[in-house]
Amino acid sequence: MFIFVARRLAVAIPTLLILVVLSFVLMYAAPGGPFNSERPLPPEVLRNIEAKYGLDQPFWKQIVNYVVGVVTQFDFGPSFQYKDRTVNDVIAQGFPVTLTYGFWSFVVAVTVGVSLGVAAAIKQNTWLDYLAVGISIGAQVLPNFVMAPILLLVFTLWLGWLPGGGWNGGQWEYLIMPVLALSTSYMASIARITRSSMLEVLNTNFIRTAQAKGLPMRRVIWHHAMKPAMLPVLSYLGPAFVGMITGSVVIDVIFSTGGIGQFFVNSAFNRDYSVIMGITILVGTLTILFNLAVDILYAWIDPKIRY
Amino acid sequence: MTLKTRLLATSAAIMIATTGAVYADGHATHPVTGETLASDQTFTYRDLDESPSIDPGMAEDSAGGDIVRDLFEGLFNQDAAGNLEPGVATGYVVSGDNLVYTFTLRDNAKWSNGDPVTAGDFEYAWKRAASPALASPYSWFIELMSVENASAVIAGDMEPSALGISATDDTTLEVRLSQPLPYFTQMLTHYTTFPVHQATVDAFGSDWTKPGNMVSNGAYVLTQHVPQEKLVRERNPMYWDNENTIIEKVTSLVINDENVALTRYLAGELDRTDVPAGQFPRLSAEYPAQAMSVPYACSYYYMFNLRDNGPEELKDPDVRKALSLAIDRDIITENVLAGGQKSAYTFTHWATAGFETPDIPMASMTQAARNEMAKDLLAQAGYGADNPLTIDLVYNTDEAHKSVAVAISQMWKQTLGVETTLANQEWQTFLEARSNGDFDVARGGWCADYNEASTFLDLMQSASGYNDSKYVNPEVDALLADAKTADNPQADYTAVEQIIAVDTPIMPIYHYASVKMFAENLEGWPFENFQQNWYSRDLYKIAK
Repeated sequence: MFIFVARRLAVAIPTLLILVVLSFVLMYAAPGGPFNSERPLPPEVLRNIEAKYGLDQPFWKQIVNYVVGVVTQFDFGPSFQYKDRTVNDVIAQGFPVTLTYGFWSFVVAVTVGVSLGVAAAIKQNTWLDYLAVGISIGAQVLPNFVMAPILLLVFTLWLGWLPGGGWNGGQWEYLIMPVLALSTSYMASIARITRSSMLEVLNTNFIRTAQAKGLPMRRVIWHHAMKPAMLPVLSYLGPAFVGMITGSVVIDVIFSTGGIGQFFVNSAFNRDYSVIMGITILVGTLTILFNLAVDILYAWIDPKIRY
Repeated sequence: MTLKTRLLATSAAIMIATTGAVYADGHATHPVTGETLASDQTFTYRDLDESPSIDPGMAEDSAGGDIVRDLFEGLFNQDAAGNLEPGVATGYVVSGDNLVYTFTLRDNAKWSNGDPVTAGDFEYAWKRAASPALASPYSWFIELMSVENASAVIAGDMEPSALGISATDDTTLEVRLSQPLPYFTQMLTHYTTFPVHQATVDAFGSDWTKPGNMVSNGAYVLTQHVPQEKLVRERNPMYWDNENTIIEKVTSLVINDENVALTRYLAGELDRTDVPAGQFPRLSAEYPAQAMSVPYACSYYYMFNLRDNGPEELKDPDVRKALSLAIDRDIITENVLAGGQKSAYTFTHWATAGFETPDIPMASMTQAARNEMAKDLLAQAGYGADNPLTIDLVYNTDEAHKSVAVAISQMWKQTLGVETTLANQEWQTFLEARSNGDFDVARGGWCADYNEASTFLDLMQSASGYNDSKYVNPEVDALLADAKTADNPQADYTAVEQIIAVDTPIMPIYHYASVKMFAENLEGWPFENFQQNWYSRDLYKIAK
């Protein structure tokens, strides 16, 4: 197991390097630049700015300087767009926000999704099953960019119960709508995967054996069926978790949460090279780490899997 | 040296004489108007996006400018109508050759830490803004003001210390220009010219604009800043005119989506928000006291590509004129945008100070007559049903731009049989395409840097970096050069507009309006101010 983890981490480093170089190249290949605007800058002003940010140097040198800065000093450079801030400032401010509402969305999506899925599987072809499937299909077809404005209309404008946006350090009333809007479609997917995988497990021989031995249903589900039924869910949860904690531009835009999703998308539009790179590396690293975590969990859940 | 003394009379002086009101009990009255003030004096408004910077020397967008004008104060401010009123400066004298301005600074202006605001703070700020070391995207503004040696300092050929600004003593500031500029003082309300506290910048570097670090001299101080979420400023007890400030706390919220912002406004969370395109008629019918449309200093136009390697068909001015004539601007302003914008036949916005809209023949024609003339011109140029003109029209991705482009392409199609290919491009791609000349016709929008016609018309100069048409006409260049020093440049501007109307390097389409919702109890908004430069210290809320 240790060797497995070490090997996976060793592969992660060149993967990240390739990610950095590829993003760098793609970014520079896109037309425009961070300092273009409706009002083009006079050439001498542009020259000063490019010199300040090192953009006047040859391309290879920029990549090398960037990678060296990141590796040796954990310095992701200044933001080209938000001139008073560095990329580290942007991430330090935006990531905790995204992490918070992403984490709670994850908790909600998993709890509700798994419960719905299990309930539907156990009571297959009853009203409970139809209700659960109905809810999850409904949640699936209602994307968050539709869901979010509806929530806003209902809870802010009509009922006046919740603030229409902002973050305020993550107080609970500011969390509810982002979490609801973000978690629903994940919840629906989790419910569907759980249901089908649970149905499959419930029809296997070892479950029939357990039932034949007279074990109570509750014990059969929790002790015998749950673990194997969770395997497909788990492989979905790894990337889903990264997706949630690295934010959603829809949530950030509609609820003005100040999370990292919005910075990511804006930086691409603004050609804010350093911010694009910083967040790409963050998301890349998290994706690699959580995929690894999922693999380790797999081995724990299913003793047949050995690395 | 003959001295022209122009001391500015100040309404502030009258206001100082009146005592400051007490607001806490909700029964206080406004010192001038006598209206009963609300007990809640907070102002919360929507910004579209996070501003790139709130450092006066680095700021570059109008929303950032709004924030900087609250936090800092320059030599002059604008009153509700956009006229100059004293800021840190109380008056100035100008030399006979109009090249040397000497400003007298008030002695009671203070920084938020209690230090006096001195002429040296301005000298430092201007030299800093122009310096290649700061590399400000707005350093060109110092050059635009014609400050002596500005170009050489920005280009790095001279030290920033050579810039034509020096503090004679703490309350006397001298500025030397390289050429006379009739509207020089107008430009001093721009944030790039605001003072900066050197000790703070030296101590914190680029972190100096963060709450807790920032020392500022405006009516408000920065108390909270969460990028992409909100920025909070509260009144500055050190501000020289603090006793006449009424609003206690100002919050700008970043809300990207204008419909979300409108929902939050209607839920009572905001005191000001933007009206989404096309919604003004509905909102002004439903909320007549809240939906407002006032002229705003920008012009919307389409430009032709006149480069040598550009499309041959468009090299004929008659073809260009035909296309311009066939655009029914009233349909665009009244039906497509419907926000109080005005149809444009001149590039300069009709409401620009001191600008009289010249007679453009096309402006007084009926659309039917325009269409007839357009058909004739195009037929004479050899285009018709069997030989249709085809045009690539490029605009940047945006619902409103799209609606305008679709409407215009339909007008061209119906009236002239012109086949238009619409291409919407993502912003950066669009800018690149436009400056490289990869278009036949492209969208353009231009906002005034100062309230004078040259801020628009200078774009028609052959050497202008913003002349993306690459229009070259030596006569226009000569007229614009003459306007810089003329006592009354209106004749030059009239001539330039008339030449443009004939040559048609661009097609003016409409003049902007600022279309917003304002909370019913919010007073003091400078609707008359053409650049919509507002100061929170002029606002107040009345009791309902």
